[in-house]
Amino acid sequence: MDRIKGLELTGAEIVVRCLQEEGVDTVFGYPGGAVLHIYDALFKQDKVRHVLVRHEQGAAHAADGYSRSSHKVGVCLVTSGPGVTNAVTGIATAYMDSIPMVIISGQVPTHAIGQDAFQECDTVGITRPCVKHNFLVKDVKELATTIKKAFYLATTGRPGPVLVDIPKDITALPCEFAYPESVSMRSYNPVRKGHAGQIKKAALLLAEAKRPMVYTGGGVILSNAAPRLTEFVRHTGFPCTNTLMGLGGYPATDKQFLGMLGMHGTYEANMAMQHCDVLLAIGARFDDRVIGNPAHFAQNPRKIIHIDIDPSSISKRVKVDVPIVGNVPEVLDELLKLARADAKTQDLKAWWKQIDEWRGKDCLRYDRHSKIIKPQFVIEKLYEVTGGDAFITSDVGQHQMWAAQFYKFDQPRRWINSGGLGTMGFGLPAAMGVRMANPGATVACVTGESSIQMCLQELSTCKQYRLPIKIVNLNNRYMGMVRQWQQFFHGNRYSESYMDALPDFVKLAEGYGHRGVQIDKPADVEPALREAFGRKDELVFMDFLTDQTENVYPMIPGGKGITEMILSEEL
Amino acid sequence: MRHIISILVENEAGALSRISNMFSARGYNIESLTVAPTEDASMSRMTVVTAGSEDVIEQITKQLNKLVEVVKVVDLSEAEHIERELMLIKVRAGARERDDMKRMADIFRGRIIDVSDNTYTIELTGDGRKLDAFIQALDQGAIVETVRTGASGIGRGNRVLRA
Repeated sequence: MDRIKGLELTGAEIVVRCLQEEGVDTVFGYPGGAVLHIYDALFKQDKVRHVLVRHEQGAAHAADGYSRSSHKVGVCLVTSGPGVTNAVTGIATAYMDSIPMVIISGQVPTHAIGQDAFQECDTVGITRPCVKHNFLVKDVKELATTIKKAFYLATTGRPGPVLVDIPKDITALPCEFAYPESVSMRSYNPVRKGHAGQIKKAALLLAEAKRPMVYTGGGVILSNAAPRLTEFVRHTGFPCTNTLMGLGGYPATDKQFLGMLGMHGTYEANMAMQHCDVLLAIGARFDDRVIGNPAHFAQNPRKIIHIDIDPSSISKRVKVDVPIVGNVPEVLDELLKLARADAKTQDLKAWWKQIDEWRGKDCLRYDRHSKIIKPQFVIEKLYEVTGGDAFITSDVGQHQMWAAQFYKFDQPRRWINSGGLGTMGFGLPAAMGVRMANPGATVACVTGESSIQMCLQELSTCKQYRLPIKIVNLNNRYMGMVRQWQQFFHGNRYSESYMDALPDFVKLAEGYGHRGVQIDKPADVEPALREAFGRKDELVFMDFLTDQTENVYPMIPGGKGITEMILSEEL
Repeated sequence: MRHIISILVENEAGALSRISNMFSARGYNIESLTVAPTEDASMSRMTVVTAGSEDVIEQITKQLNKLVEVVKVVDLSEAEHIERELMLIKVRAGARERDDMKRMADIFRGRIIDVSDNTYTIELTGDGRKLDAFIQALDQGAIVETVRTGASGIGRGNRVLRA
């Protein structure tokens, strides 16, 4: 069924109308030759706001942050050639974390494709391995349907980025505009409901478990299943852990929460993963940073139930006993129904006693009396000052792990980070997207002196759009995580991991028209944060000079088993 | 173990590279790959011969199904099936070798489809092992050129793969 008929528009106008029809209010982009018609069409309307970034990587990350924090589709618009190649890192970042995004890229005119034209590249070929799907539009008559398909594919099944490559001549051609209300594709039919028999099997296993464990990932966040997960975990009384991507899926301040698991997860979460007898995995994928060595993980017998919308995530690294392919909220509803119908209560006292013993290790302890600022301390204060209610984006490295360990996320979509691809430079542009999607919200970007320099130019975008992001720069003058690995595994040979000739971040922030402040004493941490977060309309760049030798603990060395953790020796 | 996988895929530009890309990106091997449109021109059918443990084949099937343009996937080796491959082989056939070469082609039920003063081009179909056997049976010096299509497969009896 077509809703609008008989209206003749140019290809460029069709693109903009499609975005309007999809309810897109914000597009992040950067103009260029191949997209000039589209920019002209944007200029002539006021429903879709365009946010001009300073580098296309920033556009992709911003659209990504916009989506992660809002459950809406993130949209970015880039030109052909370098425009789209610059965006590739951002597209791959979104792909690895299954973020619904639509990327519209300009292409050289149809007749010039393959002629090595100016700013030509094989966009569809270059992006193919890092998108859920992509299209090259060769006929203006197919433009509207293709964009509809892009939004449909991005948001259904396992979400992901979808790219639509549009040659310049197509954007100039006139065509009758008709936006389909829905599309169907015979080759694409994602499942939603889980198999009833499998769910029953899972419920039985869980009811019989002596040492049950719930392990959840980004799938819970993406499918908006956090409230149901919380209900399920509270009803059953099971312990719960979240992956880096899954933080906020279960309230971190709840006593049934064991903290994050994995390479830098808590001792109790990792021990419980290894020693449980029934493991319920939800929207998670047993990746290398989560369970370490799969052979070591398999040493302890346990029954594994795995709920995921993507069948290829099941039994990929770990053999699963009860696979349930389906949309997490729908499967959880069914599981909860069965759990409620079961009158008998499980005795988990011995299991919790064991878990509390593991908790007694206090694996996240650090020196609270240090004369030098400890990065963990900054995050703890950040948590206090923001009342645990801020949107926190991060870059990649030690600061990311400390933020994940010490900021207790009680709600989903508040923790925004590049988990899969591990993209340095993600934090600042992602924070812009978060703030755009959540006007008025408190947004902080936890970063380090190395990561922040990878997309630093976006400070200019923040000025243009008055985005009062609070940058928490944990500046230890090292690529901290690289330095940590070099200390542990490369005989203290700190090859190229020292950041020499760092800029004066205070002056730099001021240069971009923001406020900058440097903090070098622990006593000044909290006042500085309070002052910064009190400035509701200003971006404040807080440069915290932190302990250069601090390491992230616990740590599972690469290739080791989940219980083979290195723990902090201090204190 | 060797597996022969049949794939129904939308007949669209880029579908082939999406599939071959997936194999190379994930480190799966392709022994051979054939593709052509079916009776329904909007769809192509592909046959991929690959090798791997059961876990690897399960992942290959799942990853193929995940591709948006893939309509259906079946591992033919799971049940009774037939596979055939076509080979065109150009061999030396001067006055001295001509009769022997003709006899050899007959034994393998090959057909001579092109003749020149000193060569024959033989067309031979069969499963891969038969084609290998023919090559083995020839004097290696007699082979001038070989081209093989790779295997195409189909299930036996009522076992069908349709959209």
